[in-house]
Amino acid sequence: MRGFKNSAVSKKTPFWLDPKKRAILFQLMTFVMVGLLAYYLISNTLINLEKQKIATGFSFLHKESSFEIGESLIPYSAANTYARALLVGILNTVKVAFIGIVITILLGTIIGVARLSTNWLISKLAALYIELMQDIPVLLQLFFWYAIFYETLPPPREAISPAAGIFMSNRGVAFAVPEGHPAHLYMFLAFVAGCGIVYLMRRWARKRQEKTGQIFPVFRVSIGILVGFPFLTWWAFGAPMGMDVPVLEGFNFEGGLTLSPEFIALLLGLVLYTAAFVAEVVRAGIQSVSKGQREAAMSIGLRPVPVLNLVILPQALRVIVPPLTSQMLNLTKNSSLAVAIGYPDFVSVANTTINQTGQSIEGVAIIMAVYLFFSLTTSAFMNWYNKRVALVER
Amino acid sequence: MKVFKCFTMVLMLLAAGSMSVAGTLDEVRARGVVVVGVNPGVAGFSMPDEKGVWKGLDVDTAKAIAAAVFGDVNKVKYVALTAVQRLPALQSKEIDVLCRNTTITLTRETVSGLNFVHVNYYDGQGFLIPKKLKVKSAKQLKGATVCTLPGTTTEMNAADYFRKNKIGWKPVVIENPAELNKAFFAGRCDVLTSDASQLAAIRSIAPNPDDYTVLPEIISKEPLAPVVRHGDDQWYDIVNWTVMALIEAEELGITSANVDEMLKSTDPQIQRFLGVTPGYGKALGLDEKWAYNIIKQVGNYGEIFERNVGPKTPLKLERGLNDLWTRGGLMYSFPFR
Repeated sequence: MRGFKNSAVSKKTPFWLDPKKRAILFQLMTFVMVGLLAYYLISNTLINLEKQKIATGFSFLHKESSFEIGESLIPYSAANTYARALLVGILNTVKVAFIGIVITILLGTIIGVARLSTNWLISKLAALYIELMQDIPVLLQLFFWYAIFYETLPPPREAISPAAGIFMSNRGVAFAVPEGHPAHLYMFLAFVAGCGIVYLMRRWARKRQEKTGQIFPVFRVSIGILVGFPFLTWWAFGAPMGMDVPVLEGFNFEGGLTLSPEFIALLLGLVLYTAAFVAEVVRAGIQSVSKGQREAAMSIGLRPVPVLNLVILPQALRVIVPPLTSQMLNLTKNSSLAVAIGYPDFVSVANTTINQTGQSIEGVAIIMAVYLFFSLTTSAFMNWYNKRVALVER
Repeated sequence: MKVFKCFTMVLMLLAAGSMSVAGTLDEVRARGVVVVGVNPGVAGFSMPDEKGVWKGLDVDTAKAIAAAVFGDVNKVKYVALTAVQRLPALQSKEIDVLCRNTTITLTRETVSGLNFVHVNYYDGQGFLIPKKLKVKSAKQLKGATVCTLPGTTTEMNAADYFRKNKIGWKPVVIENPAELNKAFFAGRCDVLTSDASQLAAIRSIAPNPDDYTVLPEIISKEPLAPVVRHGDDQWYDIVNWTVMALIEAEELGITSANVDEMLKSTDPQIQRFLGVTPGYGKALGLDEKWAYNIIKQVGNYGEIFERNVGPKTPLKLERGLNDLWTRGGLMYSFPFR
């Protein structure tokens, strides 16, 4: 008895035998070691740089960049700072990544569904596409699309015009766009207001359906509101029809909106490559839902669209979203291959900055920080979305 | 990927233990080869021929260094570097010396921590343009699309020039020279801008060289020279005086063909230069026959120029600024005394 009592009293186990405390200890030790390693690397680098009289620090960001960038979403000239040049690069990367991701998801979904089609031809064509695109390195695809562009299209002075206001040449595709008009701002506001109304309407429609069982044609009414509101605003402003048409001046087209060959080639390459992977992800997701689910849904009298929306998709998305996130990150990171075909993305601008200032460590640190930021934001958003679509266990 | 290579170099910079600053010569001797960064492909300056043998003016400079150190031109390891990679490669000690048509600039000699030796080619930036565009002067380039390589002084020079003359333009910056040339020949750009020597090289590989012309404007000074790191004066001296020796030999009339005869020369200057009268080799920490070996195995500057870029090569470059000072050029070796 005594022995038993003793052991009960000495409940104070030494901390190295307590799994919880031990875990904390190990984590602390790892943290300190990583910290020391980082400290060693950084201080050692600084000492080495000092020894070789290489400049350090980020003050170069405020200096004049004195180089031009081919395309930019914000006003920029060689008289601006390096910081602004890098911002131009970041925006160019965001532009291609954002548009790329949207198109990739659409195209990937279509091909993924086509792959499962009962139509032999459609299914095999989709399979062929997936196999072909997955197997060719994306860099080669970029070179291919870029070469197609400048090798097949004529110089600007002999540009092809497939429709009024559109000019295709080896300098890119130039479009006519509506001339700047105050109505555009109000049209945009009308669209935003429409979005708000659609959101409220959907909530109302769902509540009403839950109460009364009546179904409201949400989709059609939403489209009507989203298109109708801006259109009515445009009409109220007297329907301005003025167009900014690109005109050949000197070497190139002026005016309108021009998509450069580099941008189009990069977008095409990234989208066509990544869409093949997304298609496989979508196919896997849909196939993960057992056939019985569909049959059960149909047997209670649901029509095909509600079957997809209410039964199949909620279960499939759970499987689709995580790998889809990684494909989106891949696309964003692959966009740094732009440097090979001359699209002024972030890495391209950062490279020039590094070379002109000679501060490669700071430059590479900025590159890493920016891509880390892109990746973390994308995955934070996708994790949020994933939580929303994940099966809620009740 | 190239970006990845840049990363690894930065990592090497980060991880390199406390670097011993002196002793590049000892390291080179222990290794048995001198590691030289070169351009992956500019005809006449550094480019592997069809058998994979490196050829060119910069390559010959690298060989001269090997001849000075080892008495053997083959003891060179060539590392092909893009414009963006080259300086980090030197800073992180991946290479011993960079012979890669690199312009001497204030920034590179100070904040980048590098030292340039004597110039081995005086260049200047120009514009290459298809004749069919009928442009006679760079001032007519308003609105033009301009192809250029990244990571060079070229981008800044072009921006400065167009800014000064208030001419709007659009750059297309492609990292790989071969891709850039292809895009230019296909008409993606109206003009291509680079150092005049490179324009000659690019023109020489055009589908039809006669369709292209170089505009008269030279918009910058580009003194190209081999580079070493700060902090090793002995290695700097060796590389510097290797380039000097090439020029001095031409001035003294010593060529690879007559160098053995010249050993018997009674000219005290030549006797000292070739190590018949010892002294200079010891001063540099090299064999007394260092200059003899350079000239015997590589030739003097004039021979190197004629062989790689001169009028009889596809580049058809005149000596111009790169002639000896005695003939009106800028090539001027400091005295061997």
